Amino acid sequence: MNTPLSWIKAYVPDLDVTAQEFVDAMTLSGSHVESYEEKDKNLDKIVVGKIMKIERHPDADKLVVCQVDIGASEPVQIVTGAKNVKEQDVVPVVLDGGKVAAAHGDDKEYPDGIKIKKGKLRGVESCGMMCGIEELGSSRDFYPEAPEDGVYVFPETANVKPGDDAVKALGLDDVVVEYEITSNRVDCFSIIGMAREAAVTFDKPFYPPEIKATGNNEDVNDYVSVEVQAADLCPRYCARVVKNLKIGPSPKWMQERLASQGIRSINNLVDITNYVMEEYGQPMHAFDLSTIAGNKIVVRRANDGDKFVTLDGQERTMDHDVLMICDGEKEIGIAGIMGGENSMVTDEIRTLLFEAACFDGTNIRLSSRRLGLATDAAAKFTKGLDPNLAIDAINRACQLIEEMGAGEVVGGVVDVYPNPVEPKVLPFEPDKMNTLLGTDVEPKQMLYYFDKLGLSYDENTNMLTVPTFRQDLNCMADLAEEVARFYGYDNIPVSLPRGEATVGKQPYDHMINGIARTVLEGNGFSGGMCYSFESPKVFDKLLIPDDSDYRKTVEISNPLGEDFSIMRTISLNGILTSLATNYNRKNKVARLYEFGNVYLPKALPLAELPEERMKLTIGMYGEGDFFTLKGVVEELCEKVGLKNQCTYEPTKEHPFLHPGRQANITKGKLNIGFIGQLHPECCDNYNIKGDVYVAVLDMPTLVMLSSFDVKYEGIAKFPGSTRDLSMVMDKSVFVGQIEAVIKKCGGKLLESYQLFDVYEGEQIAAGKKSVAYTMTFRAKDRTLETTEVDKIVEKMLKELGKLGVELRA
Amino acid sequence: MKEKLDAIKASALENIEKAEVLTALNDVKVAILGKKGELTQVLKGMKDVAPEDRPKVGQLVNEARASIEAALEAKTKAINHALRTEKMKRETIDVTLPGTKKLIGHRHPNQIALEDLERVFIGMGYEIVDGPEVEYDKYNFEMLNIPANHPAKDEQDTFYINKEILLRTQTSPVQARIMEKGNLPIRILSPGRVFRADEVDATHSPSFHQVEGLVIDKGITMADLKGTLQQWAKEFFGENTKVKFRPHHFPFTEPSAECDITCFKCGGKGCRVCKGSGWIEILGCGMVHPKVLRNCGINPEVYSGFAFGIGLERVTLLKYEIDDMRLLYENDVRFLEQF
Repeated sequence: MNTPLSWIKAYVPDLDVTAQEFVDAMTLSGSHVESYEEKDKNLDKIVVGKIMKIERHPDADKLVVCQVDIGASEPVQIVTGAKNVKEQDVVPVVLDGGKVAAAHGDDKEYPDGIKIKKGKLRGVESCGMMCGIEELGSSRDFYPEAPEDGVYVFPETANVKPGDDAVKALGLDDVVVEYEITSNRVDCFSIIGMAREAAVTFDKPFYPPEIKATGNNEDVNDYVSVEVQAADLCPRYCARVVKNLKIGPSPKWMQERLASQGIRSINNLVDITNYVMEEYGQPMHAFDLSTIAGNKIVVRRANDGDKFVTLDGQERTMDHDVLMICDGEKEIGIAGIMGGENSMVTDEIRTLLFEAACFDGTNIRLSSRRLGLATDAAAKFTKGLDPNLAIDAINRACQLIEEMGAGEVVGGVVDVYPNPVEPKVLPFEPDKMNTLLGTDVEPKQMLYYFDKLGLSYDENTNMLTVPTFRQDLNCMADLAEEVARFYGYDNIPVSLPRGEATVGKQPYDHMINGIARTVLEGNGFSGGMCYSFESPKVFDKLLIPDDSDYRKTVEISNPLGEDFSIMRTISLNGILTSLATNYNRKNKVARLYEFGNVYLPKALPLAELPEERMKLTIGMYGEGDFFTLKGVVEELCEKVGLKNQCTYEPTKEHPFLHPGRQANITKGKLNIGFIGQLHPECCDNYNIKGDVYVAVLDMPTLVMLSSFDVKYEGIAKFPGSTRDLSMVMDKSVFVGQIEAVIKKCGGKLLESYQLFDVYEGEQIAAGKKSVAYTMTFRAKDRTLETTEVDKIVEKMLKELGKLGVELRA
Repeated sequence: MKEKLDAIKASALENIEKAEVLTALNDVKVAILGKKGELTQVLKGMKDVAPEDRPKVGQLVNEARASIEAALEAKTKAINHALRTEKMKRETIDVTLPGTKKLIGHRHPNQIALEDLERVFIGMGYEIVDGPEVEYDKYNFEMLNIPANHPAKDEQDTFYINKEILLRTQTSPVQARIMEKGNLPIRILSPGRVFRADEVDATHSPSFHQVEGLVIDKGITMADLKGTLQQWAKEFFGENTKVKFRPHHFPFTEPSAECDITCFKCGGKGCRVCKGSGWIEILGCGMVHPKVLRNCGINPEVYSGFAFGIGLERVTLLKYEIDDMRLLYENDVRFLEQF
């Protein structure tokens, strides 16, 4: 919403504030100012001048020398190249030391304007410059009388004399303020609404336009009848008729106000509808009565599949939910959105039908969206207008018609308004309001604000009557906000909540995440952030088969595009994409981790919320190998109380991982996640050359297994016994299998074991490898006998023998 | 006898004094105190001394022995000290050489900001609570006073899964879920991922994070809301931070406000970060709408409360002066390692 301050001042004449004061105070009372533009910011020392004499420049064919009367004792001499000026012309003149907003003949922006100085043009002194409209920071759009090229010449009708302030004379001494109006304040999408806010904000009287009775002694009902069939979508329909139209330009003041609002003047009729729409926030429509069959207006729903040609010449297909304005035979407009080509007003119009109606905001919004037709009128209706606005707007328009002599208004109004909206009545509860706000505002003061806002108070009933244009005021809290706005949010005191103490805390799983972050960061992994939605193509990139459960996804029905269309069921793509970004940018080493959910539908189509599982995804390239990453995962597990408790089971089940280099991380029957080297084909799909290692941990499982329940066990008092085992076996035997045997046979007496050598090569037979462990045995209550340890080792070797493991000779 | 002892002692002390290495000291020790050492010999000759003189001579021998031993020990210490000093001199290193670095990872700036924020509110008695990211329309809109066809639904550009299920556009549904449980009083902070159909650019992302705060108790006032956020702003942005509240509109709060803080870069003078105004818009807040309380089964005649929502990315970008939101999702290590 852009509003010129001058228009606000027309209804709040006592408003005497600078632009800055105005926008600051309005923002603090709830009309948030996004920006404002002082139209004369870069205009200085510009006066009205009258060209008394024009002479040729002695040394330049394209220049002339003018003597200009600027209301001073002596005329000033100005050299110009403009061709459109003649003697006696009255023009804007910027004097020596003044400033203009733009240069003639270029489109450059001059944020600080351009200084004008006295100087010599081809040897002849020039003491200023005559200005074109562009140099004054405006354009022909708003000053159509200005020449296409050359100096602006005041029309003869302009009431100006030499020496006057030309900026004022042109109405450029204005400020255009852009507000961010919140959706609840429908009434503020109008000049009157903003003027009322300004009046309350600055505590000045508010004088809205006075709407006078209009119309001749004819009866509008003899001209037209209105039938509203779809009353649910059209609570009110007002119609008036204007005959003997005289189409012509609208007066300068109206053009200027529209111009300040960014609206071009077209003719008096169009200007009046636009003017009233801005002033009251009520869109209006004008039909040529001669095109309306049966002199009858019917408001009804369209039929599915109806074709209709709108004002812009486009044919559109309607459906049953679109509200149409029809005449006795055919559709003539889409209600509240756009008129039809068939009833368009042309210059030949003799008799006009004004429509000011109230349409259901939601219906207009949905229709406008379905039809792909966003108009200014639709934007206003969408907000849900006050039906009582329609009558004021149509009468105001007719008043302007009469005042401007644009036609003869027929007496009476056709007003179909079966269920008039009555003003709401709310109790006045000053104590409750003060309690909610934490303030101590006098009830008298509250009533003062309410009065200024148009609410009336009945002392006998203690009730407030809320005008219908304030649809947003429905309860005590709403009224409290009004009090707060004008009492000043800044004046509300500051305190902290009292009452029952509460314990501040963090969920347990957040704490586990925090531990994981610390471990990962200590190992060179940085925290990343990835999207929750991705492309279904990700599954192909990850070599996931067509029938995989991963492909059962939650799909977004209105995604931003295929790339963001499904909720991820596997977390890898985010980190891999980020690794690819790093690789592509030639970062030699990248180590990343991410905490983020995957979204697993319980059934498709989705009937209940999907399961959201937090995954920790870890990825790296450039330095380190599988065992580097495994070490990090082991450290992480140790830090959450799972030291040496997780098993790494070789697997081939993850298609995106190297089949010989992947493992599931398990504890008992529970799967904590997986780890592995990325499949080389996946690397190709992500354009990463070199090895990539990833691990994904299922946080809910890890959190469930985590334990910090530690009991001190005492430090060993009795000597331990150490044995080394050097063994030979087939290469296909995993050390995990050997360790399982060591653990099982070692029992309680096995304190620790450590792999210290894995060897394949010359001294070992082909297809075999040598593996060596050192083991420590210890009893808590005594010194172990050698024979006890021997027995255990013997049992181990016997079990290992079943795996084809032999002691190395 | 005494003369003899004095001579042994004098010669021993002289030799100790002259010794430069430990072996020389040992030679002295052997020669004097060893089995066949001079002093030992004197002791062995005690049997020849008259019995009445023996105590006297014994004392003399012991005195000589003590002073020789003391001298030996002192000299040994001195030599060892010299040796160690010499060794350390050789061991001097260039301490200005770089330290052995291990690859260090860095926390994501958004996470750092979140943790800072959580810390302040946990200290004020707030419990951190999570909620689902894929959410029912009912919690995201309906219970929060945004009924079907409400224009606010359009304003928030919602991603829908189907008519009832959507990607939450705000963390406020967690409010509704907690209030519905009815364990009063409530003081929660609910951080999390939210989604809106905004194309990716320098200031927008279809996925971002909000941190929602909610307090419900008897007698909670707007003054409490102001005080709480002022407290947070001071803890989070610095002691001198000022806050300003402007009226605004949210369907789920009434009265509603937007909160600005004095620019932490320029302190309110006006700079590039605050676009010259001295103020930075930081969050939306308000008193929980009585309809919302009622929708969640809480009697607004008895209880009141406030809620606020902070855009985490906005805080992160401002705090670290990051000029492009896309950087947060690219995960370029050269970006991350700066935090």
